[in-house]
Amino acid sequence: MRREFKLPDVGEGLTEAEIVRWLVKPGDTVKVHQEFVEIETAKSIVALPMPWDGVVAELMADEGQTVDVGVAIIAIDTGEGGADAAPSESGADAAPSERIAALADDMVPRPPAEGAVEPGAHGSPAPKEERQAVLVGYGVKTGAAKRRPRKASTPAPAASPSSAPSPQTAVPATPASTTGSPSARPQAAPSGAGAASGGTAEPGAVPSAARLAVLAKPPVRKLAKDLGVDLTTVKGTGPHGSITRDDLRAASEAPPEAAPAVQAADQPREERIPVKGVRKMTAQAMVASAFTAPHVTEFLQVDVTETMEAVKRLKAMPDFQDVKVSPLLLVAKAVLTAARRYPMINSAWTGEEIVVKHYVNLGIAAATPRGLIVPNIKDAHTRSLPDLAKALNQLAETARSGRTQPAEMAGGTFTITNVGVFGVDTGTPIINPGESAILAFGLVREMPWVVDGELAVRKVTTLALSFDHRLIDGELGSLFLRDVGAMLEDPLRMLAWS
Amino acid sequence: MTADAPPELVQLLTPEGERVEHPDYDIDLTPEEVRSLYRDLVLVRRIDLEAVALQRHGELGIWASLLGQEAAQIGSGRALTDDDMAFPTYREHGVAWCRDVDPVKLLGLFRGVNHGGWDPAEHNFHLYTIVIGSQTLHAVGYAMGIQRDGGDGATIVYFGDGASSQGDVNESFVWASVFNAPIVFFCQNNQWAISEPIEKQSRIPLYRRANGFGFPGVRVDGNDVFACLAVTRQALKNAREGQGPTLIEAFTYRMGAHTTTDDPTRYRVASELEAWKLKDPIERVKAYLFKNELADQEFFDAVDAEAEKLGADLRRRCVEMPDPTPMAMFEHVYSSEHRQLDEERTAYAGYLEGFES
Ligand SMILES: Cc1ncc(C[n+]2csc(CCOP(=O)(O)OP(=O)(O)O)c2C)c(N)n1
Ligand SMILES: [Mg+2]
Repeated sequence: MRREFKLPDVGEGLTEAEIVRWLVKPGDTVKVHQEFVEIETAKSIVALPMPWDGVVAELMADEGQTVDVGVAIIAIDTGEGGADAAPSESGADAAPSERIAALADDMVPRPPAEGAVEPGAHGSPAPKEERQAVLVGYGVKTGAAKRRPRKASTPAPAASPSSAPSPQTAVPATPASTTGSPSARPQAAPSGAGAASGGTAEPGAVPSAARLAVLAKPPVRKLAKDLGVDLTTVKGTGPHGSITRDDLRAASEAPPEAAPAVQAADQPREERIPVKGVRKMTAQAMVASAFTAPHVTEFLQVDVTETMEAVKRLKAMPDFQDVKVSPLLLVAKAVLTAARRYPMINSAWTGEEIVVKHYVNLGIAAATPRGLIVPNIKDAHTRSLPDLAKALNQLAETARSGRTQPAEMAGGTFTITNVGVFGVDTGTPIINPGESAILAFGLVREMPWVVDGELAVRKVTTLALSFDHRLIDGELGSLFLRDVGAMLEDPLRMLAWS
Repeated sequence: MTADAPPELVQLLTPEGERVEHPDYDIDLTPEEVRSLYRDLVLVRRIDLEAVALQRHGELGIWASLLGQEAAQIGSGRALTDDDMAFPTYREHGVAWCRDVDPVKLLGLFRGVNHGGWDPAEHNFHLYTIVIGSQTLHAVGYAMGIQRDGGDGATIVYFGDGASSQGDVNESFVWASVFNAPIVFFCQNNQWAISEPIEKQSRIPLYRRANGFGFPGVRVDGNDVFACLAVTRQALKNAREGQGPTLIEAFTYRMGAHTTTDDPTRYRVASELEAWKLKDPIERVKAYLFKNELADQEFFDAVDAEAEKLGADLRRRCVEMPDPTPMAMFEHVYSSEHRQLDEERTAYAGYLEGFES
């Protein structure tokens, strides 16, 4: 018997999900609880478990396709002719236990593959394009819900006058056909009793009624808002003339009225890239930081010849055999050591208070294929040097492969940005929101340098420290920067000061 | 995040399955009783995971998993006698099991076919309460009722670490204290209130709050079913004997998401879960049974097979639950009929009439 599995609402009130990956193919034998597909909702990636034993008859959606909740996505041939495909009741088959164990993991959904979070607010969710990320709450139900048509004339049920629904709330089956009635609200659920008759209906509010009469799902409405598109100007191509995302995109990308066709046919002179995902989060975080925290940046050139030598010697030590040792490790160590001497550097401004943190969650800015992210090493101040090296490696690897979890980016207290890897000497870094200072580590290059009154060729770098002048004065910032520099000039100082 | 067990924790069975002594609490269990506790733990975990799967199948709207909290619930639940009354939150599937509530009845609320599918009086197990902390007031009121009726039982009320911040909970502490009510406050500190960590709820261990209200508090290893049973038994006994309330803080961990709607990777790091997996409430009982040769492979297999059967049965019966008629919603809101209810019912019936069938 063929049974079809319909895409469930795995959150509260989600309306659609994207098929990320099929874990089975037609002809495969499947068992109850076996995970068969990964879907991505506005919230996370979730693997769906099979409700039946059987053989895959058909995959009814493609990877990458966004499917509405309630639409069949896979067909299973459950073998038996009977209607109820009750799965193995015998208990003799031990395998389901293992599969159910996998479900325990499913209670901890995978992190979203894409569209990460900039650090900042505690666990700030990552808005994925137009989708709304909500942790818990009741979202919207699809307009596609089956609704029985009302009888031709809808007599208001005669109860007490106050409880009679006003006639206008009687919603026609296809709201698209509503043109005039100012108070016709497509979503207004007719409430039977005690509804505020006249409370919400705004008589005469024709323009807004026009907007309400436009058919578009809430995520599309949000996208329209984000793109600055007036929905009433868009022609819908979806069911019942509803406006889809594609309609919006087309509308927002349409050239302004009189754009003359002077451009070369093959090479557009301009390109419009929707601001979304990591780019959007980065923009918000940077604006929030740059325009709330008065930034001061100080620079220091440092002879790091000794540090480079120390890195070489560490590499040869057995404790560092299976980790990559880079100068960044010693910069991190120097920062941690200096932060202990000047705790105010590692603090947060809340408005009423300064929260001085006696722990360091050390953020490392990472350029990833998805954009800039700043994961942090939790309690970096407690780590031994080999441990710190491992953590740095791991963080970089995770970031590079795009698997950094939002929690790993939350709760940072100080950030290092390694701009030297881009081949530049320095920059004026912007403080990660929620923190008070950030250190840029520049390119290490050979330079003429005066040592003991003589010119010598030395390895030199530039450090730049930006700090929030609301709580850190020039003196403190300078002391901190000077100490970090001193430790990199003579790494033995790290020992002396820790 | 203090994943490490603090010293003041009452523990009788270590994560490695070693029996340890505690000066104030002990328990003497027959091998049969230990096996029975193991079975409870495995079966409720299975019920829970089946419910998660049913949600993923689209058969339940939402589910709050008890994964990781089995020992706290079975230990305390098995300490109850028939006369005792329990007030749960929305996560007490293990306690429901101990109160003989048919697991399928737990699903109705989450499937949206009823408002709580069992008769609280029949099981001495109140309906699930979603409004955080409010059941503590109901429970104290109930306990005061027992006191005034001269009844034999005690009351236990379940709530979470997050709930401990609620006004209702603190008020209920005051009332229970000053009236010396026969009640046990059983707080499952699973370290998280959705995305808020325990550090955002309290600067002192929760059990110590009881002192300020004037009754004893104790912290128990919430992943140790023996300790939870021993400590709860004692607290219930004290309550029945007129010694008033006790706050038990079961130190445990929510291993899953807050509910099937939640994604904890957004706010907590994976290493935390890994650390708690080593303290799994079921594994330690299994290790104990095995090491002391109190059970053989045949027993473990039989329990697994029983879980399998229970799971299949639950899946089948869940989808067979009938949808209620719209008019059913008027049935259980008030204990007796009144005019307004009647008007609303009539109006709604009229409204439904207005549709073509
Ligand atoms: C009065 C009230 N406020 C807020 C909520 C939303 N809410 C649902 S669960 C929850 C967290 C409860 O945490 P906790 O008490 O630790 O229990 P747990 O879920 O961890 O078992 C919140 C805030 C609610 N249900 N009721
Ligand atoms: Mg909690």
